[in-house]
Amino acid sequence: MATKRLVKEMVGIGKEPTGIAGLDEVLFGGVPKGRNTLVVGGPGAGKTMLGLEFLLHGARDYGEPGVCMSFEEPAEQLIANSTSVGHNLRSLISSRKLLIDHVYIERKEIEETGEYDLEGLFIRLNQAIQRVNAKRVLLDTVEVLFAGLQNTATLRAELRRLFRWLTEKGMTTIITAETQPGTNSLTRYGLEEYVADCVIILDHRVNEQVSTRRLRVMKYRGSPHGTNEYPFLMESSGISVVPITSLGLTHKAGTERISSGVSGLDEMLGGRGFYRGSSVLISGTAGTGKSSFASFFANAACARGERCLYFAYEESPSQILRNMRSVGLDLEQWIKKGLLRIYAARPTSTGLEGHLAIIHKALTEFDPSVVVMDPITNLVSVGNLPAVKAMLTRLIDFLKLRDVTAVFTNLTLEGMVEKTAIGISSLMDSWVLLRDIETDADRRRMLYLLKSRGMAHSTKTVEFQLSDRGITLRGEKAGVVSLEKGRK
Amino acid sequence: MTRVRSKKSKTRKRGTRRRKPVAWDLRLYVAGTTAKSVTAFSNLKQICETHLGGKYRIEIVDLLRNPQLAQGDQIIAVPTLVRRLPQPVKKIIGDLSNTDRVLVGLDLKPARMTPAASQA
Repeated sequence: MATKRLVKEMVGIGKEPTGIAGLDEVLFGGVPKGRNTLVVGGPGAGKTMLGLEFLLHGARDYGEPGVCMSFEEPAEQLIANSTSVGHNLRSLISSRKLLIDHVYIERKEIEETGEYDLEGLFIRLNQAIQRVNAKRVLLDTVEVLFAGLQNTATLRAELRRLFRWLTEKGMTTIITAETQPGTNSLTRYGLEEYVADCVIILDHRVNEQVSTRRLRVMKYRGSPHGTNEYPFLMESSGISVVPITSLGLTHKAGTERISSGVSGLDEMLGGRGFYRGSSVLISGTAGTGKSSFASFFANAACARGERCLYFAYEESPSQILRNMRSVGLDLEQWIKKGLLRIYAARPTSTGLEGHLAIIHKALTEFDPSVVVMDPITNLVSVGNLPAVKAMLTRLIDFLKLRDVTAVFTNLTLEGMVEKTAIGISSLMDSWVLLRDIETDADRRRMLYLLKSRGMAHSTKTVEFQLSDRGITLRGEKAGVVSLEKGRK
Repeated sequence: MTRVRSKKSKTRKRGTRRRKPVAWDLRLYVAGTTAKSVTAFSNLKQICETHLGGKYRIEIVDLLRNPQLAQGDQIIAVPTLVRRLPQPVKKIIGDLSNTDRVLVGLDLKPARMTPAASQA
């Protein structure tokens, strides 16, 4: 990948991988080795967790023991909190790869009577570093000292000395700090003035009752870095960042074709189906059979022995299985064989970025060759159209890079066929339009291939039937009804 | 480093526990012999002599020699004076040059009195 090449080309600044999924990619390799990184965020933004993961991965995966100097939470509390996100700090502590020192400071219990310095803190940290032979240090949140001590001038000078001292000792350090909204200063006590090598900002936003965590690298001295806001997740397996926007239009376009799962549709697609790695949109009004088409596509993939990931934003897995049985599909067998995985969630369960992060993670874990998202329309309910488009762009880039073929379904309203395609049509390689046509007392299902990039395809409107034998398309000539863009 | 005891207590090595109880058990944490630590010590001695009579014990802990005590006793600033007895434990940081505040810290004087000159 371009990222790796760039990192290799860079001489001078060493990098230390954080080990956090996605973050190292955004940082083009990791945080600056032997230097200080400031992690800024509001309460609950995930600063401590990010810092602890940095230590955890260092101690466990990179042979670099770490010291956590916690100014807020006692060690026991930190251990308990990180257990809830799937980390076992205790075993690292007992094997002397990690040391947590809780610095307790309470202004009420301290009387200041003259000149002092923080040499005690230095000695303490030095002792901890020596004890585990640490290479990584986390100071979480050193700003607490400002609340505990009155002499701010001394404190500032000492903190500046502390950060320099850590660099001299070759420690790769993460320092957490609170944001100060509504001021020019990034952090409450202006720590960014002392820690200048790398600044990461964490954000926890709630938009229309839906929360999303985001991460941004504000500054990285001597190194390129991803500059966007990246969504990240904090869940049972820790933090993961989605660096999807760092990708571009660099994917290769193959010529391999895969079946749509419906032989009549394959016929219309030049007789060979979709390109592998392409993105397919199936749009249509309610009840036109979008999910069925998507399921047949999934079924065909599993029948070929490929893995399929099915994101359901409307129905529960069992509902999908039941409904698809009625059109002659046994999807359950693929689940049992481990070829099909259905991920069902309400769109409102998290923000768009959260969905993207979840999808990203699921894709990385399951490594499917085809993906179904049914329907993407529902995601609009948690974001506005530009946001949805941005998200889908990132998602599609990511899918294409992995050569994953994706089918998206999209609910359209009667008479607004193209408009409601939320401007995503340009992202799609193939577009299948489904419609109901009322003729006399009958409702006929029609299918129309609006576009399919890079292949000769049928331009006819074709009637199809959904039955327990599956989807059958009538002969192309039969039942042709005019169906023009945007007009009923 | 120097160990200073009140006249009543006997010479004993640090860490031995069977001490004769004294009314005032004080510990001064320093980091090596610096200007601040010397000042703090002489200020402390003077205050003790003036206010505590002979009923005190001062122990000096050099964190450079016993770094593990920094964590154990929750020390970050030096010099730090810890009043171990009488309970509750109190912490007084700085070179103890502000006698008034030291007395407040030791509970020898009620807090937040007029910031007038020391009556000591």
